[in-house]
Amino acid sequence: MYETVIGLEVHAQLKTKTKAFCGCLIEFAAPANSRSCPVCLGFPGSLPVLNEKVLGLGMRTALALNCTVQKFTKFDRKNYFYPDLPKNYQISQYDLPLALGGFLEIEVQQVKKRIAIRRVHLEEDAGKLIHEEDASLVDYNRAGVPLLEIVSEPEIYSPLEAYEYLTALKAILRYLEVCDCDMEKGSLRCDANISLRKQGTKTLGTKAELKNMNSFKAVRDALSYEIKRQKEVLEAGDAVLQQTRLWDALTFKTYPMRSKEEAMDYRYFPEPDLPPFVLSGKEITTIQEGLPELPSALKQRLISQYELSSYDAAVLTNEKALANFFEACAGLYPKAKAICNWIIGPLNYELNSRNTSIAALNLQPESLVSLIKLIEGQRVSNLAAKDILTQMLNTGKSADELMKENDLAQVSDTQVLDELIGKIIADNPKSVGSYNSGKANALMFLVGQAMRLSKGKANPKLVQEMLKKKIEHIFGSFKEGNP
Amino acid sequence: MKLWELTAHELLKKLAHQEISQEEILSSLSKRIEEVEPKIKAFVRIEKSKGFNGLPIAIKDNICIQGQPTTCASRILEDFKPPYDATVIRKLKDAGFTIYGTTNMDEFAFGSSCENSCYYPTRNPWNPEYVPGGSSGGSAASVASGEAIWALGSDTGGSIRQPASFCGITGLKPTYGRVSRYGLIAFASSLDQIGPFARDVEDCCLLLKVIAGHDQYDSTSANLPVPDYRQSLGKDIKGIRIGIPKEYFSLVKDSRFEGIDKEVKIVMEEAIAQLKRLGANVQEVSLPHTEYAVSVYYILATAEASSNLARFDGVQYGPRARGAANLIEMYKRTRQAGFGHEAKRRIMLGTYVLSHGYYEAYYLRALKVRTLIANDFAGIFKDFDCIVGPTSPTAAFRLGEKIQDPLAMYLSDIYTISVNLAGIPAISIPCGFNKAGLPVGLQIITKSFDEEMLFRVAHCYEQATLWHKMRPPI
Repeated sequence: MYETVIGLEVHAQLKTKTKAFCGCLIEFAAPANSRSCPVCLGFPGSLPVLNEKVLGLGMRTALALNCTVQKFTKFDRKNYFYPDLPKNYQISQYDLPLALGGFLEIEVQQVKKRIAIRRVHLEEDAGKLIHEEDASLVDYNRAGVPLLEIVSEPEIYSPLEAYEYLTALKAILRYLEVCDCDMEKGSLRCDANISLRKQGTKTLGTKAELKNMNSFKAVRDALSYEIKRQKEVLEAGDAVLQQTRLWDALTFKTYPMRSKEEAMDYRYFPEPDLPPFVLSGKEITTIQEGLPELPSALKQRLISQYELSSYDAAVLTNEKALANFFEACAGLYPKAKAICNWIIGPLNYELNSRNTSIAALNLQPESLVSLIKLIEGQRVSNLAAKDILTQMLNTGKSADELMKENDLAQVSDTQVLDELIGKIIADNPKSVGSYNSGKANALMFLVGQAMRLSKGKANPKLVQEMLKKKIEHIFGSFKEGNP
Repeated sequence: MKLWELTAHELLKKLAHQEISQEEILSSLSKRIEEVEPKIKAFVRIEKSKGFNGLPIAIKDNICIQGQPTTCASRILEDFKPPYDATVIRKLKDAGFTIYGTTNMDEFAFGSSCENSCYYPTRNPWNPEYVPGGSSGGSAASVASGEAIWALGSDTGGSIRQPASFCGITGLKPTYGRVSRYGLIAFASSLDQIGPFARDVEDCCLLLKVIAGHDQYDSTSANLPVPDYRQSLGKDIKGIRIGIPKEYFSLVKDSRFEGIDKEVKIVMEEAIAQLKRLGANVQEVSLPHTEYAVSVYYILATAEASSNLARFDGVQYGPRARGAANLIEMYKRTRQAGFGHEAKRRIMLGTYVLSHGYYEAYYLRALKVRTLIANDFAGIFKDFDCIVGPTSPTAAFRLGEKIQDPLAMYLSDIYTISVNLAGIPAISIPCGFNKAGLPVGLQIITKSFDEEMLFRVAHCYEQATLWHKMRPPI
């Protein structure tokens, strides 16, 4: 039996207005090379000057990950030749990184676990190569964008744990508002080191470094594939080669990119253009005290304050904006459970189908609450309410307005319902019969028919009650005395 | 008296009295250049900066001037026109200076003779058979020959002071951080510093005042006020405590190094006697780590250079080798054709000392010894105001004499290198001649950000002697 050992290296693009070492604006999808200057193009004679914001965001993240921010830290040069790297060296941090020794708490199948974080360091991003038929072009807009590299200890033991680690990390980064965490746009990237070892042994096996995964799911899939591959190699009596491998999302396999022998010698040395910086305990404390409530704490608070289930709280806290929206609604209307259900249910469905976020949606908490009030007051049915929500988001109109406009007000008028029920019973004698013979499901079918016929407007509770009574009444004469 | 023969402060006085015009100065220099440039070859380009009509100045070819070729005397930067001005250039332009020429140098400032230029070697105005020193040989020769009133150079291990010494003029290496490096094409970033060349100490003061100061674009520039250096002129040096490092006068243990030249030693002894006569309190001191300076320097400087020069790869600017089959081939061919011998030697040396398995033995060790060297100086400056010694162990040598012997060439900077390693300022002023009629320079070294002390001692000595008035016979 083999045990899997995984370590993750995450690169998070820090959300600053300007680049790490020059004043160029950071803008995704700006015209090629329009966000560049002599500094980020690495022109002869140009010098980097650290954007103070980068340091602040880095410290904020490190502290949220329970790391110790180092009081003396410096930049180093990582030397290698590549056309997307304007200076042919990357300004990074080597032996004195920004922060060391933290941890991240994850939950896998209801079991909490701490994954240790080895280090957090700052570096600059490279540009982008665009390959054409007979030439390659370079876009340096991304060159010099600040990155935070977060390196875990090899303490992740399954692809699922890796997935949860990334999910938890993403939530924290988003809560801190330090990174957009959009893997498709490259603002969050993850490389994974993975090796197998015989169960019970302590020494690490030979690892492969996996690259080119562009979603958390891809990370999980690549790791699963790699476990299978390495296992086969080991079981055949062969040795796993130390390699960098690329994940191919089309074939669902990893392919070798370079081996240990071809590994680069980065010739790190201290960056002479940037003096080392000394951080005071006071600066660090100020940032520590300014940290917002983090996902795990918020989740606990939602559970205790609103009596939500652990699952509900977890879904809400995955996105800070969603949790904030929930709390805003709950502040207006005390039925927290109903609000939660509407947010993680229909609202979340709308968000996903529209591929948007709560922030971009411009939905006011008051609007959702007024809709929920209509449901709770039995003025509209659940079904109709879902329809109203869709229209609210499409038109921006209020729930009341839409209810009236579309004639969706729930019908609780017994006279009207009586008529409806009579028709349902007349049209479905079989179901009526089977309900009477004890099949409770048949009643639900009849209620459904009533809802359909009334286009969702009939008050389902009332319909159910009235149906029951009416059927009992029809058959009652034969069953007198038989409960 | 021709205008090109005057110093800047003399010209400024005449301008103030409206005895002369800026045009007359420039045309006088033009005539002088026409006359002697074919013999000296101090310049690589002569091109007047448009729209400026102030005091003319010559600039070493490694300081970026917007829209004008800046090549570091290297084929790899052929036709490179920076899209921006170096901070010192912007300051000069703001002060109304006219930049009319860029001066020759050893490629990327790698050398001590100005022979490692992709263009041509520059000649020493005192004798064209001899080198002007390097790497800022063009700037030094232009000022010495009267083709420039003053000039800017850069000093990484002695590249201002050694050529100033060889050409009989004044050259200052300011404290690391005193002058912005923004726009200086880097050789070794932790050692490089831009500084002035002039025909006397007063001009040096004036020029430093213009270029010095904090720069938000250079994180290594010091955020300190720039004093009015002219206040240091005309003061006596009575009671000033001067240390004479015995290591600079003895035969160094290395069998390849012959130590200080006998004639230079005699000149130095007279200069020291002069300082004593001026009232200085002169004592022998020791800088025990001097013998390691050259080794430490050639590890650290080449390590940084190998990284700084990595960007010259044919991707963004400069000539690119054609017909390469792939990327690596393109890099190789471009760099093979673009760099000269000495550049290649230093890139290889620097790459080697940073390589896996060698870093601790070379780079890291050298960093530690660098601290020891800096501590040597710091210790002495507790009890002394400055240190005085020769700028270079010899006067100028013949063209071709050392070009095949890199170590001999490197040792020409043995007295200047430690100063860069320690980050402190030093000045070289003329203090006599050898029997061949070649100038000898006196180096004055002091603690960080105390250029005023250098100017005070240098000016006092200069005013008591006539060496700075001597002009080469061309």
